[in-house]
Amino acid sequence: MKYFDVVIIGGGPAGMAAAIGAREQGASVAILERDVRLGGILNQCIHNGFGLHYFGEELTGPEYAERFRQKVLADSGIDVYLEAMVLSLTENKIVTAVSPADGLIEISAGSVVLAMGCRERSAGAIGLIGTRPAGIYTAGMAQRLSNVDGYLVGKEVVILGSGDIGLIMARRMTSEGAKVKLVMEIMPFSSGLKRNIVQCLQDYDIPLRYSTTVTRVTGKERLTGVYIAPVDEKRNPILEQEEYIPCDTLLLSVGLIPENDLIAGSAIEMSPVTSGAVVDEYRQTSVPGIFSAGNVLHVHDLVDNVSEEAYVAGRAAAKYAAGAIEDAPIVAVRAGAGVRYALPQRIHRGEGTVRLYFRVDKVYRGMTVTARSEGVLLKKKKTMVLAPGEMQYIEIDKSLVTGDISVALEE
Amino acid sequence: MDTTCIMCPMGCALTITEENGVVTVTGNTCPRGEKYGVLEYTDPKRMVTTLVRVKGGGVLSVKTSAPIRKALVPSALQAAAGVLLDHSVRAGDVVLADVAGSGENYIATADLVYTEKK
Repeated sequence: MKYFDVVIIGGGPAGMAAAIGAREQGASVAILERDVRLGGILNQCIHNGFGLHYFGEELTGPEYAERFRQKVLADSGIDVYLEAMVLSLTENKIVTAVSPADGLIEISAGSVVLAMGCRERSAGAIGLIGTRPAGIYTAGMAQRLSNVDGYLVGKEVVILGSGDIGLIMARRMTSEGAKVKLVMEIMPFSSGLKRNIVQCLQDYDIPLRYSTTVTRVTGKERLTGVYIAPVDEKRNPILEQEEYIPCDTLLLSVGLIPENDLIAGSAIEMSPVTSGAVVDEYRQTSVPGIFSAGNVLHVHDLVDNVSEEAYVAGRAAAKYAAGAIEDAPIVAVRAGAGVRYALPQRIHRGEGTVRLYFRVDKVYRGMTVTARSEGVLLKKKKTMVLAPGEMQYIEIDKSLVTGDISVALEE
Repeated sequence: MDTTCIMCPMGCALTITEENGVVTVTGNTCPRGEKYGVLEYTDPKRMVTTLVRVKGGGVLSVKTSAPIRKALVPSALQAAAGVLLDHSVRAGDVVLADVAGSGENYIATADLVYTEKK
């Protein structure tokens, strides 16, 4: 059986950055990628806006991916398996995969980095009522069909969900000559970036309706239209105000879920809030030597943060494989008032600084973010506005930590 | 003109007016919002990222080499629709020069290996 110090599952932005991090520590590395090339979802994100934090310039998705891909492919210490679907991962780190080129692949790993990314919530996941005609796509699926395969999925489009992918696809479909009739959002606010609301919708006069959802769809072979209705404060549709919009395509941009099927039922402790693993500051899970980074750990808004996180995980995974990861007392990091989750969920006491990433549970203005250890203030940060769609962080000094930490919003 | 400031998640609702050649922004809560508002009113620009078709099937992603005047975006998209590539290109290569009279070029954002289909 082949052995690699670090085996990385997934060759998207997280997997590639983890590989680079691990190589800098001298580890031998294998990446297992199920698609025909490295890059993951970046390959289909042809719009720009990637890399402002990481590279200090705005790149398109394929360009951002290419910078990492070149570095990975140029390194003879990284074995890349393409079209390789990982079937199982055992607790003693035996990875089994299949690929057309290699058949059954069995690899023994010193450590493993999970970098499988996330997938989109589907029509089934939101309990969409009505028939099941052609023409209903997740926004990312439509994006792939358009930008990679060159198919326009429809001509008269309605979009449910105002996440960034939905907004980007509204512009993309319009650019390709389709008519986007409406974008609706069940929440009273959008989780998408302001920039995308302005440049993808307002620039093209595409209406956005908040607190509105699809109540049912019609059509036998192909979608013929959707019924929509405003929702009350409990998000129940007000059916008396239902209206019908003829369309041939419905795109769903209704959330992303970390793709953790591979470790379902394993000993790895999971967070019910993030749907990803519970990790420490090195992104190590509760099973020693198994790390997790990127959208498989928690859904990010910026790929730049994915790269940074996965780089940290890759370095640490290499250190683990070399037996060089330190063992210090651990404290828990908890989400306090106004905070939906904070990550990492535990950190080691010791020296240096660590960034605690968090998301708030709704829109807040003029709040102070605090990190406290056993009630003692470690750090505070004043903010103008906090929104659930924008991941934030607060950086703390580890040497000040005496016990469990809470990240919270205070007036 | 009414718009939303995109400089931060606040998303201030801006109203931009012009009187005797003086542009005034209201609704902003910081100086960045004022600067953005004035620019959006006087000279709004956009990057265009889109696709061009490849002969025999497939697409290639392209972008303008720099943001172009917003008013030119529809003609820039039209121009992209008129391209049919029949040769290989590398990321960074010019695919179409002087897009819609903007002075900027469409450049490839990915490599394309062209193979003639029978």
